[in-house]
Amino acid sequence: MTAFPFNAALLLAALLFSIGLAGVLVRRNLVFMLMSLDIMLNAAGLVFVAAGARWQDASGQVMFLMILALAASETAVGLAIILCLHAHGRPSLDADTGNLLRG
Amino acid sequence: MAALLPLVVVWPLAATVIVFLSAGRIKGRSAGILATGAVGLSAMTGGVLAAGFMSGAVTYPLHVTLWEWMRVPGFSATIAFALDPVSLVMIAVVTIVGFLIHLYAIGYMAADPGSARFFGCMTLFVAAMLVLVLASDLLCLFIGWEGVGLCSYLLIGFWYDSPANTAAARKAFYITRIGDVAMLCGLLMMATATASLQIDGLLFAVTAGQLSPAVMTGSALLLLTGALAKSAQIPFQSWLPDAMAGPTPTSALIHAATMVTAGVYLLARLHGLFAAAAPAMAIMAAIGMLTLLVAACTALVQSDLKRILAWSTISQLGYMYLALGVGAWQAALFHLVTHACFKALLFLCAGAIIARVDHEQDIFRMGGLRRFMPGVTAAFVIGAGALAALPLVTAGFYSKEMILSAVWRGQPVLTPDFILSGHLLWGGALFGALLTALYIFRCVFLVFYGQEKTVPTGRTRWVMAVPLGCLAFLSVFVGCVEMPGDIAPVHLFTRFVDPAGMAFHPHEPVWLLLAGAITPVAGAGIAWIVWGRSGPVTRTIPETGGGTDDLLPVMPLRFVVRITRYDLPDRLAAAAGWMTRATSRMMMRARRAALHLAAERTAMVGREGTVVLVRMQNGRVRWYAGWIVAGLGAALAWAMLS
Repeated sequence: MTAFPFNAALLLAALLFSIGLAGVLVRRNLVFMLMSLDIMLNAAGLVFVAAGARWQDASGQVMFLMILALAASETAVGLAIILCLHAHGRPSLDADTGNLLRG
Repeated sequence: MAALLPLVVVWPLAATVIVFLSAGRIKGRSAGILATGAVGLSAMTGGVLAAGFMSGAVTYPLHVTLWEWMRVPGFSATIAFALDPVSLVMIAVVTIVGFLIHLYAIGYMAADPGSARFFGCMTLFVAAMLVLVLASDLLCLFIGWEGVGLCSYLLIGFWYDSPANTAAARKAFYITRIGDVAMLCGLLMMATATASLQIDGLLFAVTAGQLSPAVMTGSALLLLTGALAKSAQIPFQSWLPDAMAGPTPTSALIHAATMVTAGVYLLARLHGLFAAAAPAMAIMAAIGMLTLLVAACTALVQSDLKRILAWSTISQLGYMYLALGVGAWQAALFHLVTHACFKALLFLCAGAIIARVDHEQDIFRMGGLRRFMPGVTAAFVIGAGALAALPLVTAGFYSKEMILSAVWRGQPVLTPDFILSGHLLWGGALFGALLTALYIFRCVFLVFYGQEKTVPTGRTRWVMAVPLGCLAFLSVFVGCVEMPGDIAPVHLFTRFVDPAGMAFHPHEPVWLLLAGAITPVAGAGIAWIVWGRSGPVTRTIPETGGGTDDLLPVMPLRFVVRITRYDLPDRLAAAAGWMTRATSRMMMRARRAALHLAAERTAMVGREGTVVLVRMQNGRVRWYAGWIVAGLGAALAWAMLS
């Protein structure tokens, strides 16, 4: 078994996280913001899995399963909100227009 | 038996709570009966304790610890009572005289709409005074000390709709407060040195030499300041005459019989400490001497009946401080007892007179009252005789004689090479006795003899007459428990309060006793010549500027009265007050400027900061995410770099 490239995995995770963060900060479309959030969560999950492999510990994978569940529920809620907004007749998915907390 | 001791305090306290909690539902007369009954029960409890004492069923001192107040490393304080002969004497004075005055007040305050409040304050006062005299811990004593000050304030300003009365109440409160601060400083000084304020432990530490002389002298001087302010001695004398704004029973109970003597009690209780602090003793004697002369001279030129009695109280307290200053605390305590009886009697008589002559207090507008109120006249003359110390027949004679003989032997040491002469002090005290007889018989002759100027109305009711009779009886016969050795070897009082100090009455020249006996008679005689023979000139109302002092036949007397006219101590006090006011005004201005600046700056920062914060709250989710990232990044950077 070859040595596990822990540093490479961390680098990849940091890269993924930065992409996700940049997406959240830059994109105005709500769907893309949700996708960017999922990228960030996956980056965190990757760190857990890598750490579990590095120290031969199963709890890293357990944490990743939890993050997976979290990401799924978060996406479901987020998509439901978007659908709801759309059903109310909002013409765009621009996050910056939804700043009034009113229907 | 020990369980009875807290009951002495509980009775009046319970009456207070009931009267105040009823919030006016208990009307004046029932409140008066309740209060009088409570004080009476207290007196009876004290009587049972005294009986237990006499029969030997209780060994003294009887200690009762109610609870521990505080315990920190290096200091502890308890709420604890102790009963010993000195506090038993004080309980007797407070409860018996207090009971008679409450009884009198039922009649005196009957027509007053606020009399329930009056009785609530009076019983609260009695409770606080009993805490003061029973406490075995100085911090517990301080509770009572402040409590009586509070009640004094409440009762001086009892008729609070007149600005003069509330001003008098505030004045009394402020001046005694100066003393209270000094006293607290003294207590703290001793507490840091001995880790406890238990009186017994403290006196033991003093005799065992655990305290340095500097601490002892310093704390003794601070405690003395507190006592002087409470007793209205020079330089704090000016509050007591104004305190006469309160109802007359208040003046009798608080400002004559008990509260003002709390200082004397404290110093008598701590006589061991003061015996080790010789300069404090000498200062005490000097201040007592000065006060008794100045106050007696001032009483000689007053025309308000209650003010004359107030100044005479200050003067008699001066005698007590003089006695304490020469180490004769037993004599001071004895004079305290007799003074409480006859001065309460005089005040109550004055109240009875004032109530019947349409609230006139000027003695020059009264006259010939003996024809209308013979009973009150007799009581007042008995009180006046006791105050003047007429020989053999009055209580005041025996106590004053005890003080005079102690002063003759005394040698107060101010510094090792400056010793006050006891003989000189004795001469001053004797002159004070002459002045005392002069001013009180001036009062008697002006009020009760000569032509009628006002016609009294109404009658003195029996609830007022009975206390007068009892107090008159006490004013005559209380003195019999202690007599000078040359008259009869009766020393019950000294034997009771101080069994160890039996060598208190060595033989001394008989002419001392004779001088002490003749002086008051001479004073009364002079008063008869000047005011009593009905010389019409001395009976008219004095003009301002000129006055009775021009008519005094004795040159040195005229000189003394002139001095008191200008009232040097009062002027000095006024100047000191002016300076304090100016300084504090300056400090106030400086402080106000600084506060203003600080407040302005704070407001500016807030305003500017709000603008920035408002910009941050723009409702855009992406900006919030950006702030979160920025904060997180800053926190991470700080964690990495530090």
